[in-house]
Amino acid sequence: MSFWENFKAAFRLCFIDDNRWEFILKGLGNTIIITLSALVIGIAIGIVVAIVRSTHDNIINEMAPGAGRFFLKAGNFLCNLYLTVIRGTPVVVQLLIMYFVILLFVRDGIVVAAITFGINSGAYVAEIVRGGIMSIDKGQFEAGRSLGFSYVSTMRYIIIPQTFKAVLPSLANEFIALLKETSVAGYVGIVDLTKAGDIIRGRTFQAFMPLIAVALVYLVLVIFFSKLVSALEKKLRAGDKKSGGSVK
Amino acid sequence: MKSDKVLIKVNGLEKHFEGTIKALNGVDCEIHEGEVVVVIGPSGSGKSTFLRCLNLLERPTGGSVLFDGVDITDKTVDIDLHRRKMGMVFQHFNLFPNMTILKNMTLAPVKLLKKSQDEANQRAMELLDRVGLSDRANAYPNQLSGGQKQRIAIVRALAMDPEVMLFDEPTSALDPEMVGEVLDVMKRLAANGMTMVVVTHEMGFAREVGDRVIFMDEGRIIEEGTPEEIFSAPKSERLKSFLNKVL
Repeated sequence: MSFWENFKAAFRLCFIDDNRWEFILKGLGNTIIITLSALVIGIAIGIVVAIVRSTHDNIINEMAPGAGRFFLKAGNFLCNLYLTVIRGTPVVVQLLIMYFVILLFVRDGIVVAAITFGINSGAYVAEIVRGGIMSIDKGQFEAGRSLGFSYVSTMRYIIIPQTFKAVLPSLANEFIALLKETSVAGYVGIVDLTKAGDIIRGRTFQAFMPLIAVALVYLVLVIFFSKLVSALEKKLRAGDKKSGGSVK
Repeated sequence: MKSDKVLIKVNGLEKHFEGTIKALNGVDCEIHEGEVVVVIGPSGSGKSTFLRCLNLLERPTGGSVLFDGVDITDKTVDIDLHRRKMGMVFQHFNLFPNMTILKNMTLAPVKLLKKSQDEANQRAMELLDRVGLSDRANAYPNQLSGGQKQRIAIVRALAMDPEVMLFDEPTSALDPEMVGEVLDVMKRLAANGMTMVVVTHEMGFAREVGDRVIFMDEGRIIEEGTPEEIFSAPKSERLKSFLNKVL
C-alpha cells in the first residue's frame, strides 16, 4: 500500500468509523466552553484583585483609621495569599483538589473545570491588570480626583477604560495560554479536545492521526484568536491615529 | 472683585516628603472670594506643593486647610465633595486621551452632579464657545495643539461650576506662541470674578492680573503684597535676587 492509501485508511479508522469525529467535536466544544467561562471568571477576579492591591498601595497611608482601612488591609492580605497559592501550585493539582476535595457537591466536571481555571487565570490577569493600572500616567488619576471623583469612580470611569487598551495584548496571551492549559481537564474525566484525541488513540491503536489532528485544532484556534485580538487592538488604537501627526 | 469672605484659610501648612525634605515649612495664608492670588518663586520653593495641598492632591503632614470654613485635612471629611468645588488645571493638561473633548467635559457633571447628558452637553458647548473651541467638541485630545488642550482643561474644570480655580504652572509645558491664548482665557476668567490661585512663571500675568502676589522660597512665604509692592518695591534680598533673574 502506498503512503497515501495508508493515510486514508488511518483517517477513516480514526474519524469516520463509528462516527469517531464526534469525540473531537464534543471535545472541542467542551474546551471552548471551559476556556470562555474561565476567561470571564478570571477577568472578573483579576480586575477586583488588581484594584484592591493597587488601591492598598496608593491610599492606605492617607486613610483614616476605621472599618474602611481595616477591610482594605484585610482584602489586600487575602489577595496576596490568593496570588501566592494559585501561582505557586500547578493547575492540575488545583483541578484535582477542587474536584476531589473542595467541590464535592458539584459532580459536573465542566463546571468544576471552569471554576478552577477561572480562579487560576484570575491570578495572572490580576497581575496583568495591576501592571496596566500602574502604567497609566499619574496625571490621569489626579485629574479624576481633582474633579471630585472618588478613588473607586476614578478607577472605574477613567483608569480602567484606559488600562484595558494597554493590557489587551497581555490578556490575549493569557487567554491563549488558558486555552492550552485546559488540556489537562481530562484528569477529572472531562472529554475535552485532548482527551477526545486520546480516547480515539486508545480505541484505534493509532497515535499519529488523532494526536496530530488535536494539535492542529489547537493551532487553528490559537491563530484565529490571535487575529481577532490584533483586529480589536487596531480598532482601539484608532483614537490615537486620528492625530495624523500634524499637531502636537 | 475681592470680597471680605475668606474662601480658603491655610494655617501652618507643612509637607515633609519621606521625613527628610521639607517641601512646606509652615505656610499661613488666606484667599478671599473673587481674589486672584499668584504664587511665584524659584523651582523647588514649594509653590506647586502648596497649591496641591489646597485640594489635598498632596496630603499635608501638618497644619490645616479650611475651605468654606471646613477643615478638609480632617480625615473624616469627604474630600471628594469639596474637590468638586475646586477646579484644577495642570501643567500637563491631563485630558482623558480616550474620550472626546465633549466627553472629557461632561463626564464629571453627569456622574457627580447628576446632570443629564443633554444638560451637560449644552453647558459644555457654552463653555467651549467662550474659549473659541466649539468646533472641536468631537475631537480627541491628541488632535489638538498644546494651547487648545490647556484651554479645554480649563473649561473641563469650569464645567463643574467650581468656587475656586487652582492653576499649577498652566503655561509651562506650552510652546511660547501658545502661552498667550491660555493666559487670555485666564484673564477673562479673572475679570468675571472667579477666585483663582495661580502658580506660574509668567511675571507679566502676575503683575497684570494678580490682586495679590505671594513669593515663596524654601517652603515658606517670604513676601506677599500687591503686584506693585512685589515687583516695584521688593523688600527681601531673596525676592530682589529672584526678580533680577527672571525679569
